[in-house]
Amino acid sequence: MVEEFLVARDVGYRYAVRRGVEPVQVLRRFSVSLTEGEFFCLLGPSGCGKTTVLNLMAGFLEPAEGMLTLAGRQIRGPGVDRTVVFQGDDALFNWLRTIDNVAFGLRMQGMSKERRHAVAREYLHLVHLDGQENKYPGELSGGMKQRVQIARVLASDPKIMLMDEPFGALDAQTRGRMQSELVEIWHKTGKTIVFITHDITEAVLLADRIGVMTKGPESRLGAIIPVDLPRPRRRSSPGFGEIWEHINALIENEEAGAS
Amino acid sequence: MTDVSPARQGTPAEAMAQTPRLPLGWIKRDHLIYVASIASLIVLWHLISTTFFKPQFFPPPLTVLQTGREMLESGELFEHINISLQRILAGFLIGSAIAAPAGLLMGSIPIVRAMFDPYVQFFRFVPSLAWLTPVVIWFGIGETSKVLIIVYTTIFIVLINTMVGVSHIAPNKLRAAACLGATPLKTFIFVTLPATLPFILTGMRLAMGNSFATVVAAEMIAADSGLGYLIFNSRLWMATDKIFIGIVCLGALGLMTDRFFRYLIVRFAHQYGPIE
Repeated sequence: MVEEFLVARDVGYRYAVRRGVEPVQVLRRFSVSLTEGEFFCLLGPSGCGKTTVLNLMAGFLEPAEGMLTLAGRQIRGPGVDRTVVFQGDDALFNWLRTIDNVAFGLRMQGMSKERRHAVAREYLHLVHLDGQENKYPGELSGGMKQRVQIARVLASDPKIMLMDEPFGALDAQTRGRMQSELVEIWHKTGKTIVFITHDITEAVLLADRIGVMTKGPESRLGAIIPVDLPRPRRRSSPGFGEIWEHINALIENEEAGAS
Repeated sequence: MTDVSPARQGTPAEAMAQTPRLPLGWIKRDHLIYVASIASLIVLWHLISTTFFKPQFFPPPLTVLQTGREMLESGELFEHINISLQRILAGFLIGSAIAAPAGLLMGSIPIVRAMFDPYVQFFRFVPSLAWLTPVVIWFGIGETSKVLIIVYTTIFIVLINTMVGVSHIAPNKLRAAACLGATPLKTFIFVTLPATLPFILTGMRLAMGNSFATVVAAEMIAADSGLGYLIFNSRLWMATDKIFIGIVCLGALGLMTDRFFRYLIVRFAHQYGPIE
């Protein structure tokens, strides 16, 4: 049963634009199957519906066709087993101190303040935010805010961590550091990660497998590229360039073909 | 004006560096500008009132000051201020206590909004003044009518600001709460409420201003006390100096209450990110 963990089968999704305009079919027959513990990157040209896929996995949206399952159970609505790291820092609760942001999920479970703070401290340590627990999000840098989001999500001990371009708004240097730290965190926690990005380099640095989506609308999963390079990876690692070129060609073909 | 720089704006040293300081210590450049600005207005007032008007039409500042001192000494002024402030505060607090929860509910639950929105949109265009007579007929000429008029004014401002606040919550916050296991009720209490607080507080600050404006109207309801009564009644005697006392008192009290309110916001609610 380890084989099929998070599965999307023939998923379709339509966005209503406005009255009198045909709804846009963002996804059609989108299928993917993830195994437990893997680091999966979803890559695709902008506007192809990557975030829609993530929102469907998170349960924020419901598919118009097909279905999504996690460990054999159909996904209906948001749940603690699938927590999301958002791109924007507006997902943090700016009126709560760092530690209470991280402990939010535990509070929702009814855990006592003392216990949830102890757990939150562990996760703040994991994301290298020791000593920042009493700061408000507004007092933290962009990279630190994303660390808080990661700690907050992990503290609820989800089965799967969904990440929507979490480092997209960071400067290159911070992004690089966050990428290697994320791989470290993934090793330590063994969580399944779905990571959305439009950056090929980022995907090759991080993923076990990269799912490349076709151009939208009506996009689906075009190809799955396994990345079996040893970690830690660098842009200069042997084999990195070949995989990068291969994926880049796929996307360029896709963009040229559809237009 | 107290300088209460919230912690998030950095260390006190940094905050100090932002405003140039004079050797006088706590007096900042801005304070001197305030004083100079007020002083020049008083001079201008004096010049205009003595040059173009008869003193009984536009009393110069010194006359007003003199009348004010007499009224203070007789206790008359304090009585007016006291009763007006009581009415404002009662109406303002009751109105906010009704409007904030109502706005939160209307903002969060579409059915509730659909039910009450027509009334809000209808009545917010009917000024409190229009209700004076019916309110007196229904509730008599006592304190109830006056407070009700202020409640009425407060409600719409706080309510609409609160609704705007709810609609401004970042969808990511609500989604984050949902995937962290918050039920809709818990999301309401732990996300919607604190995220809307700055808007509620801003609405209350605006409503405070309108409460001051409305108290004058409310005190026209056959009142025999209050700053509104003072202004309205002095008209009959052509006591323009007393009218000016009323005007100055309303403005000064309003300014002071707003500063106090702002101080409370910065002191106790700065982490909610209020507009200061």
